[in-house]
Amino acid sequence: MIGANGAGKSTLLRTIAGLHRPVAGTIQLDGRDITHLPAHRRVAAGIVMVPEGRRLFPSLSLEENLKLGSTRSRSGAWNLDRVYQLFPWMAERRRGPTVHLSGGEQQAVAIGRGLMANPRILLLDELSLGLAPAVVQRLYDMLPALLATGMSFLLVEQDVTQALRVSDWAHCLLEGKITLSGRPRDLAPAKVEAAYFGLSKHSVGGGG
Amino acid sequence: MTWVNAIVQGILLGGLYALFACGLSLMFGVMRVINLAHGDFAVLAAYLALAIITGLHVPVLWSALVVAPLFGVVGYLVQRFIIQRSLDVSPLTTLLVTFGLSIVIQNGLLEGLSANSQSLPSGSLASASFQVNNQLSIGYESVIVFAVAVVVLVCLQVFLSRARLGREVRAAADDQEAATIVGVNVRHVYGVTAAIAFATVALAGVAFGMYSSFNPAAGPQRLIFAFEAVVIGGVGSLWGTLAGGIILGLAQVLGSQVDASFGVLAGHLVFLMVLALRPSGLIPARLS
Repeated sequence: MIGANGAGKSTLLRTIAGLHRPVAGTIQLDGRDITHLPAHRRVAAGIVMVPEGRRLFPSLSLEENLKLGSTRSRSGAWNLDRVYQLFPWMAERRRGPTVHLSGGEQQAVAIGRGLMANPRILLLDELSLGLAPAVVQRLYDMLPALLATGMSFLLVEQDVTQALRVSDWAHCLLEGKITLSGRPRDLAPAKVEAAYFGLSKHSVGGGG
Repeated sequence: MTWVNAIVQGILLGGLYALFACGLSLMFGVMRVINLAHGDFAVLAAYLALAIITGLHVPVLWSALVVAPLFGVVGYLVQRFIIQRSLDVSPLTTLLVTFGLSIVIQNGLLEGLSANSQSLPSGSLASASFQVNNQLSIGYESVIVFAVAVVVLVCLQVFLSRARLGREVRAAADDQEAATIVGVNVRHVYGVTAAIAFATVALAGVAFGMYSSFNPAAGPQRLIFAFEAVVIGGVGSLWGTLAGGIILGLAQVLGSQVDASFGVLAGHLVFLMVLALRPSGLIPARLS
């Protein structure tokens, strides 16, 4: 899900996670209507969000943050050991607080916390926000391996190139409406740009 | 030796203040609710204990074992059905609602049970004491209350730092929304927090009732002591609350050594001093 600032990407994600009630319409998961399912129970249904800005718990240790991710865990392969395999550095610092970690490390903890719930769909909100390009690259390089474990991602990202590189399907959002959808490889850069900035053929041709 | 005696009494009184204040501190620390009816619930608990003692002819300590869990249930329900609804509107609304609860409890008690002062008959416990030497004797009653306060605070600390539900309480205190998206039922967690707070305030109410007489209007003036203990110790820190309670108790008892009418004022002065010099309290810690 790509789109400019204020296009409604995060609002969409937060609505799917259950933090906002939709004004109209329904949210369905495998044909089941979950529009009125409270946010904490959507976790048990398999919808888990890694929120913008990480939102780790400052008074909890790293490991407690991860454990909290399994509050309503579905059964599955992810547990503490598995997360520590994915991020070996965490095991040594598990008793420490998360406030001293770097932005990239905090983002990794947030992802680990999300994985602990064994999600079917992991909602990733602005993964790259405030992180160094090299760190972003490392996080993105990890995603295909996670996809292979059978979970899906819904990724909200302003970094279009990065997002299109890892996705199977892309939507471009503009002022709350989807202006373009398709497989990333089928989307010509010019079309993406037009959809992203809201330049329709008409307005381009019409000179306004 | 009277000074040593005063210091011992002050510390023991501080245990009662800490027991009384920890619920206030917990509710504020976890859900940013300042329960203005905190003192009135303590008084209500004392009346309930009195009814149990006179009705069933049981000793005062047994009545506490009934009143505390009952108040836990009451706390959960009050949180879920009254405070939570006002919390959904705005944090300030909770002040109005708990203030309203305070008035309802006071007037309800006044209407039903008259303005007469009551006290809990603690029987032989009231006069029994350790005789340390011929000047210093320590009442069993105040030692028991102090011990209960310390045990409650230790249990609360262990619960918050070790138990799964305690972890959820800390997470909800840190970031309510983030707690929700990892699957914590924040409303339930708030209910549990209120249940703990109400159970402790019930214990404190019974203890207060043993120490001194109470009447339907006694709540608000006790609430001030709880506020002072919390602020002196540092908001959101349980050990801070114990320290704050002890400092307040010491100030009051030592103050009344100087002049019988100076006790309560001495407590207020210490409180103002801490507020002026260390506004975040002596032990400004998170709930961890």
